[in-house]
This record gives sequence, C-alpha cells and structure tokens, in this order.
Amino acid sequence: MHLPPFEQLVDDHARELHRFLIGSVGPIEADDCLQETFMSALRAYPRLRHADNLRAWLYTIAQRKATDTVRRRARRPVRDLDGVEPVAPATAPPTDDALWHEVGRLPPKQRTAVVQRFILDLAYADIATRMGISEEAARQNVSAGLRRLRREVPDDR
Amino acid sequence: MTDDLERRLGAATGSPLDLAALRSRIARRAADEGLLDVAYGIADSPLGPLTVMVTPRGLVRLSYPGEGIDAQLAELAERVSPRILEAPERTDEVRRQLDAYFAGGRTAFDLPIDWRLVRGFAGEVLRATARIPFGSVSSYRAVATEAGSPNAYRAAGNALGSNPIPIVVPCHRVLHAGGGLGGYTGGLERKRYLLELEGVLGD
Repeated sequence: MHLPPFEQLVDDHARELHRFLIGSVGPIEADDCLQETFMSALRAYPRLRHADNLRAWLYTIAQRKATDTVRRRARRPVRDLDGVEPVAPATAPPTDDALWHEVGRLPPKQRTAVVQRFILDLAYADIATRMGISEEAARQNVSAGLRRLRREVPDDR
Repeated sequence: MTDDLERRLGAATGSPLDLAALRSRIARRAADEGLLDVAYGIADSPLGPLTVMVTPRGLVRLSYPGEGIDAQLAELAERVSPRILEAPERTDEVRRQLDAYFAGGRTAFDLPIDWRLVRGFAGEVLRATARIPFGSVSSYRAVATEAGSPNAYRAAGNALGSNPIPIVVPCHRVLHAGGGLGGYTGGLERKRYLLELEGVLGD
C-alpha cells in the first residue's frame, strides 16, 4: 500500500475542501474547520488501510468538523437578554452572514447538496455519486434547500 | 433560472485560501503534537538547492537537485512515514552546518543521522565512509575492508552510489585505487567540486 506524502493531500484537496466548508459553516469559521480537518486526518493517516479514495475520506472528516461547528453555534446565544450584541470577531471579512447562517441551519442532506451545487459547482450526477443517492434525489435536495432559503433569508441589500 | 439567491451562494467562492499559510500552520501544529515524522526544507548551496529531510532521529536524506523531490518524498512516505510536511525550521541546524562547510569554516559535521534508509552491508560501508576525515580520500576496496568484506568492493561501490546522505556522509572521498575519480550520484562535476573544496584536488 502506498500512501502519498501528507503534504500532497493538503496541496491537492485544500482548495476544494475550503469551498465546501465555506458552504457548510460560512466563510468566517471555514479556515479553522479546514485546519482541524487536516489535523484529524494527519493523526489518523498512517493507520489508513488503503489510499483508494483519500478525497472522500477527507470530505467525511470535513463534514464531521462542520457538523460540530454548527452544533456549537446552535448552543451559543446570538445575543443576550439585555439586547447587547456580542462583539463580532475583529478579523471578520464582510460576508453574507444572513445567508450563511441559514445555510448552516438547513437539514444536512439539503445543506450538502446546495453546497456542492453552488459552491463546488458540481453537476447533479456528481453530487449524486458523492452523496450516495440518486440523481433525482440530489435535485430534490437542492430544490428543497433553495425553497427553504428563499423563505428564510431576507432579501439582499 | 439563476436568481439573486443563487448568485449570493456562488459569491462565496470568491473567498481565497492562503495555501502557504495553511501548510505552515499545519506543520507547526504537527511538530508540537509529535505528528511530524519527516520534515523537509531546501538548503541553497554552490552545488544547487539541496533538499534536506529530517526525522526526530536525525538527518535521513539529503538530495541534489534533479533527483526529483516528489519521487523522494514518495519513497520516504513508503519507507519511513507518510506524515511528511515542509517545515524549514526543523532543518535549520543541518542547513547551518552545510553553509559553514561550503564557506570553508567547517571540516566535520556534527549531526545525528537516521540510518533507516540503509541496511546491512551498505550500512557498514556508509558508516565506514562517514569516518574518512575532511581532506583525505580512500578507495572502494579500503571501505569494503573497513566494512568487513575486503572482496566486496563492487558491493561497496553500489552502496556508495545509493548513499542517501551525500556530502554529510562523504562518499565523494572514495576514489578508484588507480587514482580515477570513480562515480558519483550527483555527477562527477560535483564530486570534483567537493574534492577541490577540501583541498584534495587542485583547481
């Protein structure tokens, strides 16, 4: 069995995983999630039994990190009872926060499908393969996700 | 139909990833957590950029340009560990001593060596070679004898030809008994350069 040098995994997959995580947790937390994804992967790497689908393996880890982040966020109050808003991170780039907040609240399958369609720009057939569902189910998840976002997300500017 | 919502979703792809920063953050954390099994860095030298690869045990591989860094990292992934990352600061001591050697200020390397890539007789030959002092030369037969098999000088030649740590393990100091330069992994020009640097050959 030949596992490639870990650095090659970072070079080959970091950009794509970063986009995936932007779609899953938003642009602010995507960087941390990406780093945590690679650190978890590095810890487990030598024990991996085969190198057949390293990308799918990395996606599984990234998905788990994204889910943890979204759960953590759900437990955190957005604003406290006195109406004093928590201070936003100073480094936060200008982003479409309202949109990403709602994307993060989509049911997991819809969120994954929407992210793969619009962030990774994948065709429905590819989304279906990656999610292990039919192409029809992939379309349904995307359109259900969009419907929900149109309902929940306030109109832009 | 592409509407406003889809446009906003697509706009997220504009957030750029700083790959170099990510790589160095991962390498630093890996080192802190004891997960960095092979670190590598590039050392500039008069013989071209050398790739320095170290493990927690010591220097495991030093390679000349043109040997194909990707192939070497793949070989180390297989033979040592796939936890390989670029981490120049881990190779600082090796690079500092190489700089001093090429500047003429150092005649012996004081570095821990990880001998994992050499086995058996080849290992004996290379350890014997490592004892040849700066400015001296030896012969293939002499290092074979030193390694315990006087007649195995061809095998000694092969071991020197696949020396994973040239310069530091000075296989350039082994010549043909008749006075010919013999061979060299990095090319005869480099062997000649090193022997001139050490004052063995006149320039």
